[in-house]
Amino acid sequence: MAMVYPKSTRYRVWLTHLSLLGFVLLIMFPLLMVVSISFREGNFATGSLFPDQPTLEHWSLALGIPYTLADGTVVKPPFPVVTWLWNSLKIAFISSVLILLLSTTSAYAFARMRFAGKGPILKAMLIFQMFPPVLTLVAIYALFDRLGQHVSWLGVNSHGAVIVASLGGMALHIWTIKGYFESIDASLEEAAIVDGATTWQAFVHILLPMSVPILAVVFILAFITSITEYPMASVLLMDIDKLTLSVGAQQYLYEQNYLWGDFAAAAVLSGLPITLVFLYCQKWIVGGLTAGGVKG
Amino acid sequence: MSAVNAAEAYTPAMTDFRSNAVLKSVLKWGLWAAFNAFALYLVVVLYAQQQTAFALLGLVVTGIASYVFISKRAYAHRYIYPAVAGMLIFVIFPLLYTVGIGFTNYSGSNLLSLQQAQTYHLQQTYVSGARLPFTVHRNDGGLRLQVAQPDGSVLVSEVLAQGAEPAQIELSLSTADSSLGEALPLREVIALRKQLEQWVFVEPNGELLRLYGLREVAAVRPLYRLLENGDLLNNRSSERLTLDTQQGFYVDSRGNTMAPGFTVYTGWDNFSRVLTDPSIRGPFLQIFAWTVAFAALTVVFTLAVGLVLASLLQWELVRGKAFYRMMLILPYAVPAFISILVFKGLFNQNFGEINLVLDSLFGVRPDWFSDPTLARSMILIVNTWLGYPYMLLLCMGLLQAIPRDLYEASAIDGASPVDNLLRITLPLLIKPLMPLLIASFAFNFNNFVLITLLTSGAPDIIGATTPAGTTDLLVSYTYRIAFQDSGQNFALAAAIATLIFILVGAMAWLNLKLTKVKV
Repeated sequence: MAMVYPKSTRYRVWLTHLSLLGFVLLIMFPLLMVVSISFREGNFATGSLFPDQPTLEHWSLALGIPYTLADGTVVKPPFPVVTWLWNSLKIAFISSVLILLLSTTSAYAFARMRFAGKGPILKAMLIFQMFPPVLTLVAIYALFDRLGQHVSWLGVNSHGAVIVASLGGMALHIWTIKGYFESIDASLEEAAIVDGATTWQAFVHILLPMSVPILAVVFILAFITSITEYPMASVLLMDIDKLTLSVGAQQYLYEQNYLWGDFAAAAVLSGLPITLVFLYCQKWIVGGLTAGGVKG
Repeated sequence: MSAVNAAEAYTPAMTDFRSNAVLKSVLKWGLWAAFNAFALYLVVVLYAQQQTAFALLGLVVTGIASYVFISKRAYAHRYIYPAVAGMLIFVIFPLLYTVGIGFTNYSGSNLLSLQQAQTYHLQQTYVSGARLPFTVHRNDGGLRLQVAQPDGSVLVSEVLAQGAEPAQIELSLSTADSSLGEALPLREVIALRKQLEQWVFVEPNGELLRLYGLREVAAVRPLYRLLENGDLLNNRSSERLTLDTQQGFYVDSRGNTMAPGFTVYTGWDNFSRVLTDPSIRGPFLQIFAWTVAFAALTVVFTLAVGLVLASLLQWELVRGKAFYRMMLILPYAVPAFISILVFKGLFNQNFGEINLVLDSLFGVRPDWFSDPTLARSMILIVNTWLGYPYMLLLCMGLLQAIPRDLYEASAIDGASPVDNLLRITLPLLIKPLMPLLIASFAFNFNNFVLITLLTSGAPDIIGATTPAGTTDLLVSYTYRIAFQDSGQNFALAAAIATLIFILVGAMAWLNLKLTKVKV
């Protein structure tokens, strides 16, 4: 099929490349800047993209190692970044595993079974998912305050509370997995049930092994959502050693105590792994995201 | 013969199977009964503590659970129960609870229930009699208090539990039978002061003693007496404190309220305050207008950037698409809380890199955080940076579905690329995009993280009685009313949250209509 090209096409292609490259540079500016700042001396230094005297001061502090300046003074790490990162990873991992387990079983019922109230429940889930949790924080705080009086590991200022609270946000994941299950032919499971398998066995031994890709996507999505979750964690966690990264990171940039260089190193250190995972998995994630909703 | 053998061989297995089944059902019903007993206990405890809402939640969640896991007809519901319970507890219940708070006066000054407030007042005491010197001793693995009587004898307390909850504990004093040893030095008494002040000691003759300074205890009497109609009578001045269930306070004769207050139902008060009180309505409407503008402009900007980029990448003569795509979705891959804070630093007026560049190019150093217009522009720039990759990805997917020959026909007619974009691409994309645009609008309408981390709502609106900023969105506004130190007005925040719920609900419903969700 011959496309009709005007004469000026070649210039237009060059122009397109030029504008795209210009745009990419513009977009990359903040990210490149942060990497550069993390190698600069002190917290107020200005300079070019490539630091004149690169130093590992901020990186050492971000990793929790005290740094000795040239004049012999020792700088202590301002915040326990590695602890925060560990807290974030721990909470994100446990809550994603729970979300994956529970949303998979629900999605199976929604995709394969007929039962009373199926349609309304599915629709209600979609609608309620749009209400921002920020607005109900008073109620959520009160809820965990009461829970904590009976079950201490679920109280305010515990990681358990943050993990359990994340279980409210499963609707989108259920929809994603349900869509995938529906795209798989049910005849294999039916055959297994005819041969005497229970519904549960058919689900675990036949459907699940075929759904590993979507389960991986949902796990990564839930993981990233949990890592970047801010409002709930900011209200439920108080002790500096219990904070997650998303709550703790802002402490670098208070007016009175502005640690720009230290922040840059901590940001690169903690942001880089998540960014790389996202880019590596983007092919699979993008499908799930665009089908579902908006990343937070 | 062989048949008999077979039958005999079968019997043990059969009984084994039967006893297994019995064991299983006993185990099942036992677990079920234990679970229900525990749940009922919790519900009753909560109800007894006047936490009716929480008791009801517990009753509903456990009631559904015990039905679903026992009824054969609800087999399918077992699969969805955990997810539904999660939504019930952490989404729907907080929603209803928040709406409920909107109709009360629950706030930092009215946190307690009436009963708790009464108890607090009744625990207040006043000094009524003699002051007696005391010493603290370490004895029997705990602390004991020794009070010297005017006649030279001493009274000794029981062992005080160290680290006990801050409450008033009555400890009886008795005459000493043996020496307690060395008294603790004053330095240690000072360290224990907070704890000692919580205790009320009862003398053998019924007189109450309380800490008075660091060396003496004094005889005290309860300050208030509860009257039959709920009012309090001051024992010392015989002044009457009237119970005001409208305001949620005890009020003295001059009309002053006595802290702490208690939570009462106030009807539509908070809502009418939002809509009629000028010092709240003004900021509220201003913030509402900015929220709508912010969400709409974000959608427009991100869509414009995303669509143009997607159209460029769509062009088959452009090479290196994979590279461009990777680079262009980078802002999406970086966690938002990090990139927002990065921008906060880059936009800093004095040593931010953006002002350095602007200064060297144009000689200006705009103050991005103090000027309302500049702060808003900065927020839109940052949010466009954060949000365009999502639109880019959406558009790239949807552009595949547009037939190529439409562009060929327009090329024959001599159309420019801009014509193509506006007359072919956009009209064909807008319909499938609409529900996603609404979702994006709703998301940005409630984009709490961006505002909180970037500006925290600053600069403030002048003349507002509640914490309110020119860049605040409705969500961050309610958050500040509820959680910032000065405010803690949970009820007002809940009332505003209820108004937002209505708006969000409308958007969600519209979205559902447009997508024609099939279930």
